[in-house]
Amino acid sequence: MIMEDKFSKTDIQKPENIVYKRTDLLVDRPLSYCPGCGHGTAHRMLMEVIEEMDIMEKTIGVSPVGCSVLAYDFLNIDMLGAAHGRAPALATAIKRMWPDHFVFTYQGDGDLAAIGTGETIHACNRGENITIIFINNGIYGMTGGQMAPTTLPGMRSSTSPYGRDVPTMGHPLKITELVAQLPGVYYVTRQSVHTPSNVRKTKKAIRKAFELQKENKGLCFIEIVSNCNSGWKMTPVQSNKWMEENMFPFYQLGDIKLDGKLVERKETVEKE
Amino acid sequence: MGELRLMKGNEAVAEAAVRAGCDGYFGYPITPQSEVMEYLMAEKPFERTGMVVLQAESEVAAINMIYGGAGTGKMVMTSSSSPGISLMQEGISYLAGAELPALIVNIVRGGPGLGTIQPSQADYFQAVKGGGHGDYKMLVLAPASVQEMCDHVKLGFDKAFQYRTPVMILSDGAIGQMMEKVVLFDQIPRRTDAEVVAQCPWASNGRPKTRNHNIITSLDLDPAGQERVNLKLQAKYKMMEQNEVLYEEISCDDAEYLFVAFGLSARICQKAIDLARAKGIKVGLFRPITLFPFPATEVSNVGNRVKGILVVEMNAGQMIEDVKLSVGCKVKIEHFGRFGGIIPSPDEVVRALEQKIIGG
Amino acid sequence: MTEEIIIAGFGGQGVLSMGKILAYSGVMQNKEVSWMPSYGPEMRGGTANVTVIISDERISSPILNSYDTAIILNQQSMDKFEKTVKPGGLLIYDPNGLTRLPERTDINVYSIEAADEAARQGLSKIFNMVVLGGFLKLKPLVAPEYIHKGLQKSLPARHHALIPENEKAIEIGKGLLKAVHLVN
Repeated sequence: MIMEDKFSKTDIQKPENIVYKRTDLLVDRPLSYCPGCGHGTAHRMLMEVIEEMDIMEKTIGVSPVGCSVLAYDFLNIDMLGAAHGRAPALATAIKRMWPDHFVFTYQGDGDLAAIGTGETIHACNRGENITIIFINNGIYGMTGGQMAPTTLPGMRSSTSPYGRDVPTMGHPLKITELVAQLPGVYYVTRQSVHTPSNVRKTKKAIRKAFELQKENKGLCFIEIVSNCNSGWKMTPVQSNKWMEENMFPFYQLGDIKLDGKLVERKETVEKE
Repeated sequence: MGELRLMKGNEAVAEAAVRAGCDGYFGYPITPQSEVMEYLMAEKPFERTGMVVLQAESEVAAINMIYGGAGTGKMVMTSSSSPGISLMQEGISYLAGAELPALIVNIVRGGPGLGTIQPSQADYFQAVKGGGHGDYKMLVLAPASVQEMCDHVKLGFDKAFQYRTPVMILSDGAIGQMMEKVVLFDQIPRRTDAEVVAQCPWASNGRPKTRNHNIITSLDLDPAGQERVNLKLQAKYKMMEQNEVLYEEISCDDAEYLFVAFGLSARICQKAIDLARAKGIKVGLFRPITLFPFPATEVSNVGNRVKGILVVEMNAGQMIEDVKLSVGCKVKIEHFGRFGGIIPSPDEVVRALEQKIIGG
Repeated sequence: MTEEIIIAGFGGQGVLSMGKILAYSGVMQNKEVSWMPSYGPEMRGGTANVTVIISDERISSPILNSYDTAIILNQQSMDKFEKTVKPGGLLIYDPNGLTRLPERTDINVYSIEAADEAARQGLSKIFNMVVLGGFLKLKPLVAPEYIHKGLQKSLPARHHALIPENEKAIEIGKGLLKAVHLVN
């Protein structure tokens, strides 16, 4: 092949030619996520930050129940798998027991904003010095696409087959804006991982949260709005487009709380 | 001899936790055990030993804090009373499944439901037979005095780490609330972080470059893998049955009749023995101290020497099932219980012995 | 020696703390003791009682239905516990506020006008110690030096200045007993 004339396999592997390398903090095995899902990218950003900060030996992660229940199989750091929704309770105790360690939870919307609402709010309110990574794709992915607390009005799921009917099923919950109100929470941001520039911003946010954790500033909360092409029954490309058109107007990207102060933003409302 | 104090059972649990070198207590208030956390907060163990004490937002959060702390190799505990312990069952099942050491104290009150705040032994089944989902057991200790409340905290932590298992102290509102003389054991220093890392190579407390990452979980999606987990747990419970049985026999040598009772009921039976023997009835007491593992062989040995057995419990008849399974059907076995928070009096226990066993 | 005592009255009369001081004094004299309160919502403003057992041997049941001694400080408690005193046992009561006096003739009955005397001497807050003094006069289970140690252990450090006052109240109580009915 022509490629081989210019770059032999050994040439590509020369350090000066490497443009991308998987961090050693991701286990070398196929991810269990659907092709097109944002989890893999979020995992990579998180592990790259830990590698770059050289804090692997002092980092303890908590994975949830949901699609990322097996995150501990992919993240090559010490991990605990929590019961559904309880990750912030685990993280609270871990941080109190190991105050000089970096502790994070990685949770989906069902885990964090439905069954674990109490643990989320109280860990935030106590200002635990932990980082919460919240993946919001508006659906229960693992159990097969049921309605989540974050499912948009009219959005179809296996338990809202005719679309989320707000009068009977309630409103989508902006838990990120909710926890941002709490004085124990220092830094809140909402990002995405569907374009390279958004991936870079997400990584910067994660880095910032870990730096703030080092300074014991209080809880840092990063929401990553992500797609669920399987659950939404779309192709990956369609799902990212749908996310931009439908999720972002309601779950508006950007910083929500900086340096312990709420950022002024226009409130987003549900589409009729 | 250690320091002598007059203490409530709940206070003795708290003081013993500090002295045992416990790293963290996470709890939620509920009568009749709130003195445990109240004592700890007043005592400031965070200044004495560096022990963490945190009031959680719920029993559900508390047991999951225990899971978090235990998963990092730390020595952690919680306490609650019946309704709160029910809320913790999911977390206890996860602790058992993930093989984590932890101490859970249940100061039992009358149920079901919100029930009453008075003492009861109605959580025997829940404690001994599993309680949460899945095939698991806890080592269950049943103290009958404030001294044992103190001693069982240390014993419980030892066994929790030896077997990597949750251990429960199953007590009741009366023993929690009453004061007795306690000889406190001397302070055992808390382990340093380096000692925790060395003692618990399985724990997730930060991955050094020299080893693979540790994972604390109770999940194995492969049924064959999950069966292996179950077999390992069952083997562990077998080991406990062989090595950890504790019991006490009182006035059994010449006994023609036998009381079998644990915890507070056993104390009442001791008085009943005095009353019965004053009437010429030769009765003894067999008191299981570990409820799991149950002293099956031992109660059978004593039980098969007597004419009849009265199992006395503050419930509608729970431990009697284990007594019957152990002793077999050659000896008459009856139950006497009061429930809902009523404590049987020594003379009604004697009357029950006369009516159900001797006269019946 | 085993002494089984019920102390009963209103919440706020110091029933539980009297029991605790007696029990702690017993501990200091290296006796076996148990202190079992009635606990629950009824403690707040309603009746309160505590079973105290002091013994040279291991104590069996901390919960009893008959007693060697009943110390009774209100009418409800008299109605409830007069009948629980063992034949030949002891009943001490403060007549203050009682409408019906004890009727048993098979037990020793003493009255102690502790509330009135404590009020006269400005010791109302530690009226329970006056009652305890009366009991100790009749049943000197614990030596005075151990009572002193029991007070030290039972009272928070900020109240240790009040120990001499408590001991004074105990001494006053010893002189206030009146025999109402004696078995022999």
